[in-house]
Amino acid sequence: MFDWLFMDEWFPKFDWRWDYTWEILPRLIEATGNTLIAAAAGYLIALVLGLVFALAQRSQSRVLTFVVREFVEFVRSTPLLLQIFFIFYVGPQFGITLSPWVSGMIAIGLHYSCYLSEVYRGGLDSVPKGQWEAATALNMTTAQTYKRLIIPQAIPPAIPGLGNYLVGIFKDTPMLSVIGVAELIHTANAIGSETWRYLEAYTIVGVIFLALSLPAAGLIRAFEGFVRRKLGM
Amino acid sequence: MSFFEFLSLYWPRLMSGTGVTAAQFLLGAILTVGLALVFGLMKMSPNRAIKGSAVVYIEIFRGTSLLVQLYWIFFVLPLFGITLEKFTAGWVAIGLNAGAYGAELVRGGIMSVPKGQWEAATAINMSPARRMWRIILPQALVNMLPAWGNLMVEILKGTALVSLISVTDLMFQAKQINASTYLSAQIFGTALVIYYILARFLLTPFMRWLEGFMARKLGRT
Repeated sequence: MFDWLFMDEWFPKFDWRWDYTWEILPRLIEATGNTLIAAAAGYLIALVLGLVFALAQRSQSRVLTFVVREFVEFVRSTPLLLQIFFIFYVGPQFGITLSPWVSGMIAIGLHYSCYLSEVYRGGLDSVPKGQWEAATALNMTTAQTYKRLIIPQAIPPAIPGLGNYLVGIFKDTPMLSVIGVAELIHTANAIGSETWRYLEAYTIVGVIFLALSLPAAGLIRAFEGFVRRKLGM
Repeated sequence: MSFFEFLSLYWPRLMSGTGVTAAQFLLGAILTVGLALVFGLMKMSPNRAIKGSAVVYIEIFRGTSLLVQLYWIFFVLPLFGITLEKFTAGWVAIGLNAGAYGAELVRGGIMSVPKGQWEAATAINMSPARRMWRIILPQALVNMLPAWGNLMVEILKGTALVSLISVTDLMFQAKQINASTYLSAQIFGTALVIYYILARFLLTPFMRWLEGFMARKLGRT
């Protein structure tokens, strides 16, 4: 198939085998499902927890604000890979055994919730102060104001940022392979060690990532326009 | 074994790992800056072939994950006759990956320079290269430095992945010590704190200082 490129003349060791490619493709496609599930589950955790962290940083309690702020900084400044190992191995030391999936989701969800809390914070800060004053004038409670007035207005400007991190979380799922979550890279590693052929598996994984993350960026932009129109902005 | 005994026993290995992490970071960061500058400028070129190749580079490296790129460079590139030693493969993968993100920062920084600056430089008969180097880039640099601070932290965090191709960095040492002692909380906790200190108390203050320094150089204080 690559004959017309004279690949074997230029690179004697390069030998792409299509029969082998078709053989491993179903396994890799199956693993893509796991990658997408991992990304979606991790993202859902991050969406909820991120909002909690963002709101906690706006609370009246200075202790709470300080603790959450420092925690977010700590998680954002340290490698996700190390956090995955930490959560997976530290549990059993204290008698709590977490499965690879559970600890992976906790690690990736927690890591990205710290990033998302910054995005939410930007959105929350962008809501004009007059909105708060109007809510006070109408005698609304803080909880009501957040729920009905502030959060709905804070979300649309935050969507591009939130969307970028959805793609980011998807691209970070390969790190879950180190604790044995059977996603794309884990499967490609397994295939590689069975047959000592890495070319096809790793290349297909790269192509799958490209094919999914490039259109995602366009979809996120379309979604942002949709939400803005919905809210009449 | 108390935590203190544990630390004093494994401290040398952790420090040698930290040294490797620092080396990976520095080499990766230098490559990132170089690639970002080259491809950021190429992406602004009116020539379609030049612009196209920059777009291809940026989209490929931003569209796939660092781990996939690292494995590909380490396991597949030898088939094309390019065999990189694991240490080199590590920082090259990091630099190629972060360079794609940096290129977008460079482009954004250059576009943030007001149009009047370009016109004024042209009016006093500066050549395009001189205009870029003397007038546009310094101002673009000041505008994009805060974003570079974040990217530098991402590069530092990215170096942890090189442990997966057995480069003996901090992450690798932590993993090895964990495998022989099972003191996971102590060893991974210590490694987390070391990464945190590197990022928060060395790298971030340095980038802040650089921001201030460059702003003063441009007389913007």
